Amino acid sequence: MIWQPLLLSLRLGVIVTAVMIVVTLPLAALFTRVRRRWLALLESLATLPMVLPPTVVGFYLLIAFAPNSPWGGWLNRTIGLRLAFSFAGIVLASCISSLPFMLQSLKSGMQSLDARLWEASYSLGKGRVTTLLRVILPNMRPAIFSGMILTFAHTLGEFGVVLMVGGSIPGQTRTISVALFERVEALDFTVAHHYALVMVVISYTAVLVLNLLQRSQLERRA
Amino acid sequence: MIRFYVRKSHPARRRRSGQGQFGIDVEFTLRSGSITGVIGASGSGKTTLLRTLAGLTHADEGFLEVEGNTWFNSAMNIRLPPQKRQVGLVFQDYVLFPNLTVRQNVLFARNEREDADRLLQLLGLSAHANHYPNEISGGQQQRTALARALARRPLLLLLDEPFSALDEGLREQAREAVRAAHSATGVTTLLVSHDRIDIERLCDEVIELDGGRVRGSDFGEE
Repeated sequence: MIWQPLLLSLRLGVIVTAVMIVVTLPLAALFTRVRRRWLALLESLATLPMVLPPTVVGFYLLIAFAPNSPWGGWLNRTIGLRLAFSFAGIVLASCISSLPFMLQSLKSGMQSLDARLWEASYSLGKGRVTTLLRVILPNMRPAIFSGMILTFAHTLGEFGVVLMVGGSIPGQTRTISVALFERVEALDFTVAHHYALVMVVISYTAVLVLNLLQRSQLERRA
Repeated sequence: MIRFYVRKSHPARRRRSGQGQFGIDVEFTLRSGSITGVIGASGSGKTTLLRTLAGLTHADEGFLEVEGNTWFNSAMNIRLPPQKRQVGLVFQDYVLFPNLTVRQNVLFARNEREDADRLLQLLGLSAHANHYPNEISGGQQQRTALARALARRPLLLLLDEPFSALDEGLREQAREAVRAAHSATGVTTLLVSHDRIDIERLCDEVIELDGGRVRGSDFGEE
């Protein structure tokens, strides 16, 4: 039973990271390449989960996901998807809450590239998608890895949003951080220590890999 | 024959920030197979002219007819994107793709191995075909950019200050590379330079730009 929350958290982290890479890349390209003032409104909205308390994000998502809300009800009726207090719900909530971390990494990666790489590719007859896949992405690999590590680590440590949207259903929404909170409430410090230690090891490893990556990048530039 | 008239006004905010003083208002005809030099002081509109012909910068009005094909005509609302203009563009500092080797950079323009190897041989790059851009000298990078542009089999070759990043020892080699490439392909070429020696040694004809307008043109030695 002690492994169940850990495995659930790892599954959540892998799914959210994979989804976010696909979703955030076009967004990062949009915010970096297109100069329109109104895009600041959209970008600020995408960055909001980074500065809002997780409970606030979780509260609004819970309201939106509830079966009696227009959107939650529509999803439930049309494809039978229930988002409140379900694994699908915490995946979506974690995606929204992790969006700024992936977005900032990809954006800074794209901004650090010479913008004329796009133009050079266009002048050689290539379109936007080919340019993105064959020129831009391969040259921003370190930023992509940073974004993936940050998103994965953040998802693993997410507590407020997951608890608000998913509650604590064993095997479905009880992630390791929620399980840790419950063990502390139950004064079961032995298991709480195990959970906390696992989190420390995983998070430290993630940060270590991130730092090693940044150092090797600096060495390559030197 | 290549005929063009392009007019582009300069955005007021860039004028205020001192990034160049003028737009361009240029009409000219290039003889097929010629090398035409464009000379002028900084901010005279040389690079803007090349970017406009390549389709990377939008002209306000005008036309561009290349060997009987219309690439741009504001009156007829024709505005081909850079991908559909058969231009070869060599940027001032080359803008090679750092993730691709010399040969892969050339193959990116046209995926024909024999063609690429022929161009590499013509420009003395065969020995460096498997090197990455950061592993070769400035002169070799310039020739790689030239090979990449020629691999597209352009109808119009645009060279934007291709020798400016090279020291005097390498400049003559680089000029020789351009001369050899032009002899082999016969492509109509527009060469931007602030250096009269480049123009005198390579060009059949000269356009002198001043404040974004043609101040004069003359024929050099054939």
